[in-house]
Amino acid sequence: MQIAVLGAGHVGPVIARLAVAAGYPVSIAGSGDPARIAMIAEFLAPGAVPLSASAAVADADLVVLAIPWHRFGTLEPGMFAGKVVVDAMNHWPPAAEPLGTSEEVAARLAGAHVVKTLNHIAYQDMEPAAGRALGVAGDSPSAVRAVVEFLARIGFDPVPVGPLPAGRLLEPGSPVFGAAVRRQEFEQLEKFAKEQS
Amino acid sequence: MTTTSTTTFGLDTFGDVTHDASGTPLTHAQTIRNVVEEGVLADQVGLDFFGIGEHHTPDMPLSAADVVLAAIAARTSRIHLGSAVTVLSSDDPVRVFQRFSTLNAVSDGRAEIILGRGSSVDSFPLFGYDLADYEDLFEEKTQLFAEILSGGPVTWQGKTRAPLHEQDVVPHTEPFPAWIGVGGSPQSVVRAASHGFSLMLAIIGGNPARFAPFSELYAHALEKFGRAPLPVGVHSPGHVAETDEQAREEFWPHYLEVIGRLGKTRGFATPTPASYAHEVGPDGALFVGSPETVAAKMARTMKTLGASRFDLKYGMGGLSHESLMRTIELYGTQVVPRVRDLLA
Repeated sequence: MQIAVLGAGHVGPVIARLAVAAGYPVSIAGSGDPARIAMIAEFLAPGAVPLSASAAVADADLVVLAIPWHRFGTLEPGMFAGKVVVDAMNHWPPAAEPLGTSEEVAARLAGAHVVKTLNHIAYQDMEPAAGRALGVAGDSPSAVRAVVEFLARIGFDPVPVGPLPAGRLLEPGSPVFGAAVRRQEFEQLEKFAKEQS
Repeated sequence: MTTTSTTTFGLDTFGDVTHDASGTPLTHAQTIRNVVEEGVLADQVGLDFFGIGEHHTPDMPLSAADVVLAAIAARTSRIHLGSAVTVLSSDDPVRVFQRFSTLNAVSDGRAEIILGRGSSVDSFPLFGYDLADYEDLFEEKTQLFAEILSGGPVTWQGKTRAPLHEQDVVPHTEPFPAWIGVGGSPQSVVRAASHGFSLMLAIIGGNPARFAPFSELYAHALEKFGRAPLPVGVHSPGHVAETDEQAREEFWPHYLEVIGRLGKTRGFATPTPASYAHEVGPDGALFVGSPETVAAKMARTMKTLGASRFDLKYGMGGLSHESLMRTIELYGTQVVPRVRDLLA
C-alpha cells in the first residue's frame, strides 16, 4: 500500500517516518515545489520520497492530510477521488466546540473515503507510537479497515469510534484530545466525551 | 555530536504574575519590577543570558520586554539581554531592529534577539493580524529582519508592510546575535539557516532527544547555503530547589494550573500526575529537580543535540518571586558549574 503524507511541518515528517519504519513505500509533499522540502525529508523522514502534492496523491492508496486547516481549501479536490484520505487536521486556534473538520473534508473531496484519526495525539507522543490508542471515525467500512491496518502496523492501537460525525469526539475541547493513553483509558475518555456531547 | 568550545547558559522568563506567600497575585507593576531584580540576580550568579518572552495576557503582562531589559542593562555589566521570543510575525521588523539596536547601545553590546512565530497567538488579534497569514508573515518579516541586520541601506518589497527604498535604518550599533526559536517546524529550521540566524530549539514537551534530527538538518542546511556553522541552543522549562522532591512539589500545582488553562486555547492535554512524572523524568522536557538532577539532564540534552547554549525557562503561574530567586541562585551557582564539568 502506497502512502502519501501531505504536510512537511510538525506532524507530517513524524507520520512519514513511522510509515517508512513499518515498511510502507511513502511519499511526502509540502506546498509547491518538492525541492523545497527535499532537505527536510532527507533528515526528518529518510526514505520518504519528496513529491509535489498531485504526484504524491496520484500514486497513493492512502493519503494523510497533515497540513494546517486553513490550507485545506488550497488543495485541488478532484485528485482525491477513490482514495482513502486520513484527516489529521484540527481547527487552530481551537474552536469553542468541535466543528467536525472531517465532515467538511468529505463534503469538499467528493469521491474520497475520508477517515478521521491521528489528529488528537500530540506529535511528540507519536514516536514511538508505543501502542497508544487512536480513535478512528469514518463512514466507509473498507476505508476504516484500511486505516486501522495502517495504524496498527505503524505501532498504534486503533479504536473505531463510529461514522464520520463521531470524529468530533476526537477534536479540541473533547477529553480525548491530546490524551496519549492506552486503549482502556481511551475508552473511558471516549465514553465520557459521548456523555458530554 | 560534540558541543562547540564556548558553552553559554541563560535564563528565560515569560514574566508570569507571581503570588505572595498567601497566594494573592502581585500587581503587574510589581511583577515587572521583580523581573528586573531577577535579571540583576542572574548577572550576579554568573549567568550569560537573561531573556524575556513577549506575552500580552493578564497572567503574563510582559508585553514590552525591551524596556525591562534596558532597566536590567543599567544595573548590570556582564550578562547578555534579549527576548525569548519576540513575536516578529505581529511586529514591524524595522521597529524591532530599532528597539534591540538601541538596547544594544545602552547595554554596551549585550543585546541578543530570539525571533519566533509565536506559539501564544494573543498578539495577532491585538495588533490586527490574521492567523491565516501565520506562515507568510513570519517568512517575509524574518527575511526583512535579516536584511536590516546585515547593515547598509535596505531596499525591500513585500505584502506585509510598506516597501523600503535605500532606507538607512537607525541606530547603527555593533552587530548583535540573532536566533530563531523553533518549536517543531522543520521549515523554520531551514529558514533560520537560509538567513544565517542561530537556532534555538524550544523543547517544552516530550523527549528532547527527538530534536537531534533538527540539529543535523540545521547543520546541513547551513552548509548548503554556504554559511559557517552557527550555534544551536535549547530552551526548556524548569524549576530548581534543594531536592528533587521539593522542586517537583513546588512546581506541580502551578504547572497543572497554567498548562491546564492554556491547553484549552492551544490544544494540548491537561497534565496528569503520570504525564508530569514522565516530563520531569530522564525522557521528558521539564528540567525540574535538585541541582544534580537538572545538571545531569541538561548535559545529556546538550550532548545529544549538539547544543552550545541552554536557556532554562524558569517561573510558572503563581510561584512566588522568592521561589524564583532561589531557582536563579541554584541554577547559577550549582547547576551551571556542574553542567560545565560534565561537558568538559
